[in-house]
Amino acid sequence: MTAQLQLRSVSLGYRDRKVVDGLDLSVERGGIACLLGPSGCGKTTVLRGIAGFEPLTGGEILLAGRSVSRVGQTLPPEQRRIGMVFQDYALFPHLRVGDNVGFGLHTLDAAERARRVGFWLEVVGLAGMDRAWPHELSGGQQQRVALARALAPEPDLILMDEPFSNLDPDLRDSLAREVGELLRERGATALLVTHDQGEAFAMADHVGILEAGQLQQWDTPYDIYHWPANRFVAGFIGEGVMVDGLLLPGGDVQLPFGRIPATTPGAAPNTRPPLPPAGPVRVLLRPDDVVHDDASPHTARVLRKAFRGAEILYTLELEGGVSALSLVPSHHDHAIGSRIGIRIAADHVVAFAPSEQT
Amino acid sequence: MPAIADNGAGGQTRLAFALAGAGSGERQRRLWRALALLIAALIVAPLAVLLTRIGDADPQLLEHLLGHVLPTVSINTLLLVCLVVAGTGTLGTGLAWLISRYRFPGRDLFSWALLLPMALPAYVLAFVAVGLLDFAGPLQTALRALLGPELRLPPVRSVGGAALVLSLSLYPYVYLLCRNAFDSQGQRAMEAARSLGLSRRRAFWRVALPMSRPWLAAGLLLVVMETLADFGTVSVFNVDTFTTAIYKSWFGLFSLGTAAQLASLLLLIGFGIALTEHRLRDRAGYWSPGRGRSGTGEDLPDTSGWLATGICLGVLMLAFLIPLAQLLLWAAADASGIDASSLRAAGRTLLLGMAAAALVVSTALLLAYARREAPGRVTDIATRLATLGYAIPGAVLAVGVFVALSLTDRALPALAGADWRIGGTLVAILFAYQARFLAVGFGPVEAGMARIGRSLDDAARVLGAGSRRRLLQVHLPLLAPSLFSAAALVLVDVMKEMPITLMTRPFGWDTLAVRIFELTSEGQWEAAALPSLALVATGLLPLVLLNRQAQSRA
Repeated sequence: MTAQLQLRSVSLGYRDRKVVDGLDLSVERGGIACLLGPSGCGKTTVLRGIAGFEPLTGGEILLAGRSVSRVGQTLPPEQRRIGMVFQDYALFPHLRVGDNVGFGLHTLDAAERARRVGFWLEVVGLAGMDRAWPHELSGGQQQRVALARALAPEPDLILMDEPFSNLDPDLRDSLAREVGELLRERGATALLVTHDQGEAFAMADHVGILEAGQLQQWDTPYDIYHWPANRFVAGFIGEGVMVDGLLLPGGDVQLPFGRIPATTPGAAPNTRPPLPPAGPVRVLLRPDDVVHDDASPHTARVLRKAFRGAEILYTLELEGGVSALSLVPSHHDHAIGSRIGIRIAADHVVAFAPSEQT
Repeated sequence: MPAIADNGAGGQTRLAFALAGAGSGERQRRLWRALALLIAALIVAPLAVLLTRIGDADPQLLEHLLGHVLPTVSINTLLLVCLVVAGTGTLGTGLAWLISRYRFPGRDLFSWALLLPMALPAYVLAFVAVGLLDFAGPLQTALRALLGPELRLPPVRSVGGAALVLSLSLYPYVYLLCRNAFDSQGQRAMEAARSLGLSRRRAFWRVALPMSRPWLAAGLLLVVMETLADFGTVSVFNVDTFTTAIYKSWFGLFSLGTAAQLASLLLLIGFGIALTEHRLRDRAGYWSPGRGRSGTGEDLPDTSGWLATGICLGVLMLAFLIPLAQLLLWAAADASGIDASSLRAAGRTLLLGMAAAALVVSTALLLAYARREAPGRVTDIATRLATLGYAIPGAVLAVGVFVALSLTDRALPALAGADWRIGGTLVAILFAYQARFLAVGFGPVEAGMARIGRSLDDAARVLGAGSRRRLLQVHLPLLAPSLFSAAALVLVDVMKEMPITLMTRPFGWDTLAVRIFELTSEGQWEAAALPSLALVATGLLPLVLLNRQAQSRA
C-alpha cells in the first residue's frame, strides 16, 4: 500500500451534530489532493481531524501506514509528523523569520538548524530574509515563510487550510501554481482545503467535492469539471445551466435547439444513479457548449451580458423560454434584446434524471 | 520524504495514545473550570460572610447607629455622589469635546496633560486644598489682610469641599472615555447632523452627546465607584460617609459588628453598581458609533482659542500644578526630611505593592487560561465574580476579610492542630488586595491572551511543541508586555491604597499611604508632603503606559 494518508469512513462532529459523516479517501505518497466545498461543508473540520485537533466520532485515520486517530484514541498533533499552513499563516510574531522556520527543528543542533533554515528559505525564494520580522513582510512573503516552516521538518504530510485566501486575487493563482510545483519537486504529500476552485485546479492532482459533510466526488480536476457526478457538483464547479432534454435510445440527447451526440455511441450517459435508456433528462450546458453561429437556424435573445476582456459571457433566452450561458469572443458585441444565431457544440453529454432537485 | 528523527516507535506511540485517551480534553476542561470556581470562591467568600452580618449589630450601639449615624452618613454619601457626578460629568465631557473637536494653542499638550491628575491621589489633593484654603491657610490669611478681619468664606471642610476635590481628581475617567467616544465617532456623524441643518451647538447636544452615552455612563459609573470607595478624602474633610463610619465603628467604638453591618449595606450598593456596569457594557455594542475618519479638529478663532487654552490650563492648575507646587514647597520646608522610618515605610510600600502585583498577576493569568481553555458559562460567571472587587470599597473588603479570617482562625487550631493565625498577617492584607485589585490586573492579561490566536497554538503543536514548550516559547514571550502592564497597574494601585492597608496591615507595617493618613489627621501638611510626592511619582507610571498604549494603537 502506498497511500500516505488514508481516511476510512471517518465521522467528526460534536455531541449532537455530525459535521462529517463516513468520509473515505486516500492520498498517494507524493500526491497533492484538495478538498473543495462551500463554507460550512466540513472541510476544515476534516483537516483538523487529520491534524489531530479534533477527535473522531467514527472511523479511522492512517498516516504513513500507522493509525493516528480512531474513536477514543487521538495521537496528539505534536507527535504526528505533519506540517500545516494556516489561513492566517500563524507566524509567531515574537520570532524572526529564521526562528519561525526553525521552530520545528528544535531537536537539531544550532548549526544544522541554521543550515536547514537557510536551505528552506532559499527554496521558497526568501534567501537572506531570516533576520526579518514577520510583520515586515508582505502577505505573499508571509505565506512563503509559513510554507517553509511547515516543510522544514520534512513531515509525512502537509496540510493547508485555505492557504491563499488572504492574498490578492492576482497573486493567488500564480502562488498556488508555484506552491504546487514546489511541493511536487520536493516529493511532498499534501492535502489542501479551499472554497476556491481556481486554487484547487491550479495545485491539486485530485479534488474531492465536499458538501454537508459528505464526499460528493473524488476525481481529477478535468473529470470534476467535465464529468460532474451529480447536480450539486455540476452547479458548484464552473458556470453553466441545466436545461430539459430528451434522451434518445441511441444515447443522443435532443434539445429544442439542437442535438448533443452520444459520448459513447449507442450507450446512455454514465451517471449515478444510472439513467433509464430513454426519456426526459436534465442536461448541463457549459458556456463553451453554446457557440455563436450566424449561419445557425436557431436564434436566441440576449438577456444580459458581462464583458470579460477577451470574451463576453452572454445570458441568452433560447427557444421555449430556456436560458443558457454562452462564451463568445468579445468582438461579437451584441446589444441586449437583440437576437443572435447559436449552435450546440458539446462533445459529450452530462445528463441527470429530471426528478432530481437542483 | 526522509525522516529526521523517527519518533513513531511503537512504544512511544502507545504511550501517547494512553496520555491522550478518550475524554482527556473534557477532563482538562473540568479541571480549569474547577480552578476558576475556586478562585472566584476565595474572592467572594469574605463578601458572602459579610452579607450574613446584615442584622448583626451591637444592640447598645444600634440605637445610636439608626438614630444618628445612618441618616447623616446616607445623606452625606448621596450628596457627595451626586455632586461629584455632576462635577466630573461637566469637566470630563466639556474638556473631551474641546480636545477632540477643536484646535487651539496647546491642544496636543493638554490632550495628555489633562490626565495628569490621575497621578495625584485624591486624598493628597484633599489635604493640599485644606492646607491652602483653611482659615489659617495662606489664601484666607491674605484675603483677611486685604479685606479686613471679619471676612468669612464658606467652610472648606464640608461636603461641598470634598465634592470639589473629588471632581478635580476623578474627572480624567470621564474625560478619557468621552474623548475615545468623540474621537471614534469621527466627523461624519457631525457632518451629517450639520448638513441636516443643526447648528454646531445643537449637533453636540442632539448627536454627539447621545452617541457617547454608553462611554459617558461607563465613566460616571467609575466615578461613582471611586467616590463610594473613597476614604482618605472624606477623612481629611471630616465628612462622615459609609467608609469613615465603618472605620470609626471598628477602630473608634471597637464594634466590629457595627462595622460589618455598615459594610454589608455598602456592599449591596456595590453589587448594584457592578450589575449596572455589566449591563451597560453588554449594551455598549449596539451603540458603537459608526466608523469614519477621526477629525483633525476645527481651528478656533483667536479669542475663543485662547479661552479654550485658559480653561484647560485652569483645570490643570487647580487639579495638578498648584497642588504639586505646594507639595514641593512643603517638602522643601519640612525640617525632618527623610528619616529612617519614612525610608522603611517607602520600602514596605514597595514590597507590599510588588507582592500584591505578583499574586494578582499570577491569579489573573490562571483565570485567563481557564477562560481560554474552557470557555463557557461556568468560567464566565467565575470570572465575573472574581473581578467583582473593583466595585467594592476597600473599607468593606477590609472588614469582610477580617471577619472571614477570624472565622477560619477560630476553626484552624481544630483542623490543623496548631495555633496558626492568618488575621493580622501579611497573608490577610495580600488576600484583601487581591480581592480588590484582581480586575485591574485581569484586564490587560486577558486582552493580551486574546491577541494570541488559536492558530498560533495549533501551529506550535504541529511543529512538535508540547504544552511546556508552547507555554515557555510561545505564550510567555507574547504575554510579557501585558503581564508587565498588569503588574505595574496593580503595584501603583496598591501603593496608593489607604483603607485596606489601614485596617488589615500587620502591626507596625506602616506604608506611605498610612503615614499620610496619620500625619494629615494631625494637620502636619509639611511632613505629609514628601511621602505624597513619592506616590505621585509612582502614579505617573500607569499614565506613561496608557500613553504608550494609545500611541501603539494609533
